[in-house]
Amino acid sequence: MKINSNIVDKHGISPDEYKKIIKLIGREPNILELGIFSAMWNEHCSYKSSKKYLKTLPTKNSKVIQGPGENAGVIDIDDNDALVFKIESHNHPSFIEPYQGAATGVGGILRDVFTMGARPIALLNSIHFGETSNPKTKNLLNGVVSGIGGYGNCIGIPTVGGEVKFNSSYNENILVNAMAIGLAKKNKIFYSKAEGVDKPVIYVGSKTGRDGIHGASMASAEFDDNAEEKKPTVQVGDPFTEKLLLEACLELMMDDSIISIQDMGAAGLTSSSVEMASKGNLGIQIDLNKVPCREEKMTPYEMMLSESQERMLLILNSGKEENAKKIFTKWGLDFSIIGKTTNTKNLVLNFNNEEVANLPLSSLSANAPVYERKWKKNILPKKIKITNNLKSLKILESLSAILNSPNNTEKSWVWEQYDQTVMADTIQKSGGNAAVVRIHGKNKGIAATVDSSSHYCLAHPLTGGKLVVCESWRNLISVGSYPIAITNCLNFGNPTKEKIMGQFVECIDGISQACRYLDYPVVSGNVSFYNETQKRSISPTPTIGGVGLIKNLNFMMTKNLKKINSTILVIGKTLGHLYQSEFFREVLGNNNGPPPEVNLFNEKNNGLAVQKIISKGLVNSVHDISSGGILISLAEMCISGNIGVKIKIPRNDISPNEYLFGEDQSRYLIELDKSKEDEVFKILKKSSIYYEKIGHSQKERLELDNEFSIKLDELNKLNSGWFKNYFNEN
Amino acid sequence: MKISITVTFKEDVLDPQGKVVKQTLKNMGYNNIENVRQGKYFEIELNENDRKKSEKIIDDICKNLLSNTVIENYKINYNK
Amino acid sequence: MKSSVIVFPGSNCDRDIKVALEKFQIKNQMVWHNETNLPKCDLVVLPGGFSYGDYLRTGCIASKSRIINDVIEHGKKGGLILGICNGFQILIETGLLPGALLRNKKLRFLSKNVFLKVLNTNNSFCSNYKSKEIIELTIAHNEGNYFGSKDLIKRLEENNLVAFKYCDINGDIEEKSNPNGSLNNIAGILNEKKNILGMMPHPERLIDPLLSGEDGSLLFKSLLKS
Repeated sequence: MKINSNIVDKHGISPDEYKKIIKLIGREPNILELGIFSAMWNEHCSYKSSKKYLKTLPTKNSKVIQGPGENAGVIDIDDNDALVFKIESHNHPSFIEPYQGAATGVGGILRDVFTMGARPIALLNSIHFGETSNPKTKNLLNGVVSGIGGYGNCIGIPTVGGEVKFNSSYNENILVNAMAIGLAKKNKIFYSKAEGVDKPVIYVGSKTGRDGIHGASMASAEFDDNAEEKKPTVQVGDPFTEKLLLEACLELMMDDSIISIQDMGAAGLTSSSVEMASKGNLGIQIDLNKVPCREEKMTPYEMMLSESQERMLLILNSGKEENAKKIFTKWGLDFSIIGKTTNTKNLVLNFNNEEVANLPLSSLSANAPVYERKWKKNILPKKIKITNNLKSLKILESLSAILNSPNNTEKSWVWEQYDQTVMADTIQKSGGNAAVVRIHGKNKGIAATVDSSSHYCLAHPLTGGKLVVCESWRNLISVGSYPIAITNCLNFGNPTKEKIMGQFVECIDGISQACRYLDYPVVSGNVSFYNETQKRSISPTPTIGGVGLIKNLNFMMTKNLKKINSTILVIGKTLGHLYQSEFFREVLGNNNGPPPEVNLFNEKNNGLAVQKIISKGLVNSVHDISSGGILISLAEMCISGNIGVKIKIPRNDISPNEYLFGEDQSRYLIELDKSKEDEVFKILKKSSIYYEKIGHSQKERLELDNEFSIKLDELNKLNSGWFKNYFNEN
Repeated sequence: MKISITVTFKEDVLDPQGKVVKQTLKNMGYNNIENVRQGKYFEIELNENDRKKSEKIIDDICKNLLSNTVIENYKINYNK
Repeated sequence: MKSSVIVFPGSNCDRDIKVALEKFQIKNQMVWHNETNLPKCDLVVLPGGFSYGDYLRTGCIASKSRIINDVIEHGKKGGLILGICNGFQILIETGLLPGALLRNKKLRFLSKNVFLKVLNTNNSFCSNYKSKEIIELTIAHNEGNYFGSKDLIKRLEENNLVAFKYCDINGDIEEKSNPNGSLNNIAGILNEKKNILGMMPHPERLIDPLLSGEDGSLLFKSLLKS
């Protein structure tokens, strides 16, 4: 096929990039080679628009074993245990085919984790949909949740946490971010760097078909009216095969057969072979006739770009092939020696005894374009005075409106479709501040959470970036864990637009600042650009997947109120910031103003004190104060514990609405026995932390002095009816 | 010899998926759908020319694997 | 007491049941589906999961595996067999237990804690429970809707072969407490000789106070005692 400018364009390569290709390889590429460049130079694989800024993120602390650059990040969790984790997006495929898009998203992230030698122990996800009134939302929500459950449940890994958000900015571009966490031995982590010349390169897993060809290109293309036509490029997942693949790989990993291993994800055989060889500074030669195909007459182009699922690429030590083949055959999987490592530093592909591609690996990875896109700074919005008469609003009505809104409603409709307890180590399921999973056979556990806030980030990306990291950190503190590191999924619009690029640059700056201050670095992640349709972009949505360690599970903390007549304490000062709050959005329909300020000193100081009082067994329940403010967080503690409270707003200079619904940061709600007050106050005073008693727990009712009193079962009804109504179920 | 087999739930077995399909059709405006039942379809290429032998083999396959005779019925169609 | 846990491609609760059996001092062996001979044992366990990806019908392909003949023999000779979730589905496909397990009424996978009433304690699996005791176990399935002909259901009830029924926290057995549409809220059944138990809920997931409860423990204690 003769290459013309139209074909180059269809491959997502700009005229300048094409010129660069010719310069790098000294000639024009053939169509197969063009396809390979299109996959490797794509945003998804090359990070060309984001690399420069991603480099500014903090990636190390005393617990980090492996930061960004591998299939997943790795952290040390004591006694030779290591945690391998990552979050990734699968946004565009999920919009086109929600079930399979979400399912293969889960499949892909699991492979990224077990390819490093870790048995996956937990899945989490962050999913974002358009307005609930949007006709597409119901079907997408149903499909995505079924897909996540369908894949995770079948492969037998518990889905223990997540978030579901609705916002008009996702009307034409939903987000599906899937996170996986795996457990490995510190001294047995497998990396993707190829080593040694003439080593066998092995393909294992499912046969290759025509699915997903140019998926990586699709991930980086905006949707236009022909989005429906892109349907054939969606991959179809098979969790049963992935379960077999998982067991076979872990079995082979028990000895020293494997030099390096990588899963075939985006851009399939192309990206895995190129990346493995490049990292090892070697070359790689592949005989495409040896690639197991499930369709007839597949061309080299199709084989190299296919995104058929459930496949891995291995480089084995010489002589280990027979034994490895036995294992994969036992598990019913294809095993084929398709090539070898060389010292040419080139990617050489042969088909039917002819050389069909020959490219220097450096041109595909190290010399891939890196862009410094123009970007526009985002100014902090002004606080526009509210004209509504806030005094006339009844607090109980505001509380009801927020509790019954889709973003704040109880979400068991979603998580009951996920098997949360398979593997019998789930200590805290969905619904709490963070999920907690026990390390098998030990009394320690890990806490994990996913958090995002598109409205904070849209209002002011720099502050929003800080806020999301702080929220993540607070959630981990609240369950009694020591936060260690994060993985991030950065979902944005078109980076060639200055406004969008500005959102990206500034969110990263905010994330960096918070991560650095809290000693909470980024060990892995993913960037998803071009979440835009018809020029309408999503709000900037960095999703943070945080992980912490609970050294002794007997000291894990939960948010449900435990006893009657305990003291309810607010830790941290309430200034009453209502802009960008749930109160403004749900009650007044107001989206204006700046997000709450972040004071990193207070954040850390308050959090460490809460950590201390939890570790000393001084408190009964803890909930961080976040979305919705004090009253919402308190209502959640009451509903989950089936215990009420009687509270009174302490004397201050702000209005009741500001006190109860303000979303100031760095605050926590604590339930403690009266007898423990002295000891707790001593610890707080020592660190100069502001705190105030607001009431005590009681039977049956949530009462605000001189305002309202509501029975717990009514409160529960308010908070749990939304999904049933939406889907017309009873 | 090519054989097609259809497996459906017995009459008295609840078929919730069939019900949902019927309701969805109704919501789409098809008001004269009386009933919908969902089933499975298999195509088998059998290397056997003797009709009587084939019938026995296919019947066995249906009983022993393709259908759960507690709750399902099967219909066999012999194409050429 | 010696047990064998059969592992099929796609089984995923095998490790969980192994941990539970060993916790209660039952000597256990894992047996791969492709073995022809079952090791000598008192109890065979068919664990939960998605054996063979639930292809064709849940439990169907597993019921044709090599090891199954020995499992059926073991059952016919009076040996104990416990089928949990997918294991229950496999027992039904082999014919060792009657009836069928259909798709959940709401057509959705359902993972939550449920209350059960223990109705038959006169067997090796439930002897440590009190008769009509209300316990809490976990369910996690998409095809747990127990179905049988009117005659079959009558026979099961009259002969006291229903081991567990879904109920509410007070023990009331009604539609509200039925998570999947099972006839008569049936969650688990025994065969005539009461040496084979099939149940949809997972006892192995509630054997630890950290795991939200220990009501599953008594099942394993009953087995050890028998």
